Amino acid sequence: MQITMNVNGADYAREVEPRLLLIHFLRDHLGLTGSHWGCDTSNCGACVVWLDETPVKSCTVLAAMADGRRVRTVEGLARGGVLDPVQQGFVECHGLQCGFCTPGMMLTARWLLDHHPDPSPEQIREALSGQVCRCTGYENIVRSVLWAKHAEDAGA
Amino acid sequence: MSGENSAYGPVKRKEDARFIRGKGQFVDDIRLPGMLHGAILRSPLAHARIVSVDTEAAQAHPKVRAVLTGQTLEDFKLAWMPTLSRDVQAVLATDKVRFQGQEVAFVVAEDRYSARDALELIHVEYEPLPVVIDARQALDPGAPLIRDDRAGQQDNHIFDWSAGDQAATDAVFAAADVVVAQDMLYPRSHPAPLETCGAVADMDTLSGKLTVWSTTQAPHAHRTMYALVAGLPEHKIRIISPDIGGGFGNKVPVYPGYLCAIVGSMVTGQPVKWVEDRSENLMSTTFARDYHMHGEIAATADGRILGVRARVLADHGAFNGSAQPTKFPAGFFHIFTGSYDLQAAYCEVTGVYTNKAPGGVAYACSFRITEAVYLVERLVDLLACELDLDPAELRMKNLLRPEQFPYTCPTGWEYDSGDYPRALQVALDIAGYADLRREQAEKRERGEYMGIGLSFFTEGVGAGPRKHMDILGLGMADGADLRVFPTGKAVLAISCQTQGQGHETTFAQIVAQELGMSPDDIEVVHGDTDRTPFGLGTYGSRSTPVSGAAAAVVARKVRERARIVAAAMLEASPDDLEWAGGSWRVRGDPDQSRTIAEIAMAAHSALDLPDGVDGHLDAETVYNPPNLTYPFGAYICVTDVDPGTGQVQVRRFIAVDDCGVQINPMIVEGQVHGGLADGVGMALMQVIAFDTAGNCLGGSFMDYLLPTSVECPSWELGATVTPSPHHPIGAKGIGEAATVGSPPAVVNSVLDALRPFGVRHADMPLTPSTVWCAIQGRPVRADLAVL
Repeated sequence: MQITMNVNGADYAREVEPRLLLIHFLRDHLGLTGSHWGCDTSNCGACVVWLDETPVKSCTVLAAMADGRRVRTVEGLARGGVLDPVQQGFVECHGLQCGFCTPGMMLTARWLLDHHPDPSPEQIREALSGQVCRCTGYENIVRSVLWAKHAEDAGA
Repeated sequence: MSGENSAYGPVKRKEDARFIRGKGQFVDDIRLPGMLHGAILRSPLAHARIVSVDTEAAQAHPKVRAVLTGQTLEDFKLAWMPTLSRDVQAVLATDKVRFQGQEVAFVVAEDRYSARDALELIHVEYEPLPVVIDARQALDPGAPLIRDDRAGQQDNHIFDWSAGDQAATDAVFAAADVVVAQDMLYPRSHPAPLETCGAVADMDTLSGKLTVWSTTQAPHAHRTMYALVAGLPEHKIRIISPDIGGGFGNKVPVYPGYLCAIVGSMVTGQPVKWVEDRSENLMSTTFARDYHMHGEIAATADGRILGVRARVLADHGAFNGSAQPTKFPAGFFHIFTGSYDLQAAYCEVTGVYTNKAPGGVAYACSFRITEAVYLVERLVDLLACELDLDPAELRMKNLLRPEQFPYTCPTGWEYDSGDYPRALQVALDIAGYADLRREQAEKRERGEYMGIGLSFFTEGVGAGPRKHMDILGLGMADGADLRVFPTGKAVLAISCQTQGQGHETTFAQIVAQELGMSPDDIEVVHGDTDRTPFGLGTYGSRSTPVSGAAAAVVARKVRERARIVAAAMLEASPDDLEWAGGSWRVRGDPDQSRTIAEIAMAAHSALDLPDGVDGHLDAETVYNPPNLTYPFGAYICVTDVDPGTGQVQVRRFIAVDDCGVQINPMIVEGQVHGGLADGVGMALMQVIAFDTAGNCLGGSFMDYLLPTSVECPSWELGATVTPSPHHPIGAKGIGEAATVGSPPAVVNSVLDALRPFGVRHADMPLTPSTVWCAIQGRPVRADLAVL
């Protein structure tokens, strides 16, 4: 079947199998390998991308379900070559180690700050609780999001 | 000297630039022209004879390019491969399947989905056999024989092993006022790195060169394995370990899928990618623990600990594939003497086969020190209960004292350095221990159940001295090459690599510190056997203790060469120079000095060089550690337990670690954080359980529960620094300390909370149902789905 999708601001049209998962469409068909596949069952969140304005687990979304919609991936976080404060926060606060969960974590964090500009550490933990990190023990991820929040406050 | 330690500190990581942009390159990100995709057909049964494998329909699938079975591999003499414990393991099953999820056939197709489709077209006829799932029944007379492929194997016994002085230990126990004993299970768990295992194999049929991009923590060891297994010439094999999405020991062994991808590429003449899915990862790759332990501790009536002994039944699964130094079939378990001043200790370990996936040594366990620390720290808490002593007081009374180091423990380990009472005191101070005990007493009055759990641990990491430690006959040394270019920039090539630990940053810091350079001016090359010196890889917290030492030593070699060149530049004798402030200078004349960059340019120039240096500053080394390093720590966990539901909430976790000199405290802290989350997961959630038919009940993240951000508290860390006396920079390993030290703190905390109910012990994981059953006086075996 033919689908069209706007990914990170660029329009794509592709012929795909109806059963193709969105994560495989992004990785194998568009070559956007920043989003990762980790579990198949919506438990780990390594595959989180935005579908329109909402984070989704792209391992359990069919590419066909994203037909005609907008997708934002980690490759679309920086704007005009300028890192998103969330990306910078992860560097400043050692919010990543192996880097495998990081894209999904950052996309959820970006969504959180867009909708709740002043989250508490508990709210950040709640927002990220559908995603797994095996390296950091989460503490520095929370600090990274808070760093981004403060950076945005300072820049606002 | 001025400038000392200037390169150490919380330097931001070089690695992050690519990861935050989604530009990392993991194995599944690799795409080669003409690349095909492999998928593995796995056994649905835990034990069965293979009657037939019919691949005809799969072969006829229009997108299938090859189907491999055990029979195909036999033609290549590759149906079996050696394990890291000198056993063999089936690559693709020929005679029987021996655990659920075992590899039976491999399909190579034009795309991932077609490969999976074709698996459905393979028909395997099985004749089911009785299974052995519980290790405690593995040696029963009449238990089904799992390894009938092994000549002379009559039962499911693998090994008996012991350490310590049995007679001396028995004597200490016989004379003791108090002996406390407990059976405890360290259940089977799985490291579950977020990236599963996989490989891209590319056999160039013209040159005969095989390149494998692989999720491996030990690329050089894998290259040797492939040479030995497949008979390929080792110089024609290149193993690349690109970005790795977490290892935790899961990526140490060679897996059948890697070999299938290699054979797939050999038979099709095209690159073949194989990446397992999550269920395959959890059901077939190396598990951790599965130790059934009986421990005993002996003490005087006033709480002086005298001895510890243990009897262990070790479940190794269907093939003995556990990865540890050859001499030690139970890994370093015999460091179960812990952190205490004992008179004697003795342990016996028996390894058995079961119809479960192979493995055993993995998951940041420091070669089974997790099990050892859990055993002794539970016993110490049980003793505290028995004697009605405060567990902190009991530990403080028995910890080794600083003046006892170096200390040789009753089972022979030589602890290099430590100040244990100081670390425990720092932890107690951060926790506000006395206040916590007061709060607990008040809450108990109100019927609220709060627990305070301690653990104190000593690890031995950095395997290891060659005369004692090898894997597959390969001594556990590591190499380092350092090249310094004319403009004073350098490339360090190391034999271990990062799975997230940040070697590209910390190893640059090590060299920078030795040579007075900026870490930004040093590129670290790792994870590619064609570009790095031989060494055994990253696991067992060995990177800093072994490879980090190699980096420091090679930098010092460069520095000594630079001294000779600097002397020529300064028209002085090398003996008259001193290394100060990051440069060589004439003693007593600070104005007469040369930096490494200046010296490097001169070394490459037409300068008339003295004897002893040919030009260039480059050097190489192989580091053979004289001993392990012995990091230690004191942990305190505060939990709240809901007696109505059995729900445990970890409210606080205080961790004081001592890993000697810290190269990058930011990264040290991150390593500890991650291990603490693992400890909470292991203590409260994670178990790979089986039913009586051998079905794996932990085969997805819906069943194998991992801690998320809401199960983890905000960690409270402290540190002391006791340098290792034998490590070139005084550092010790830190990668696994928290995974080793934290589970007993959590369990001790929960059992402390449950003390009013008279609960003496409960096995991990302390899920709500386990805790609730324990409160009701009905202990459960969470590793077996027997209700």
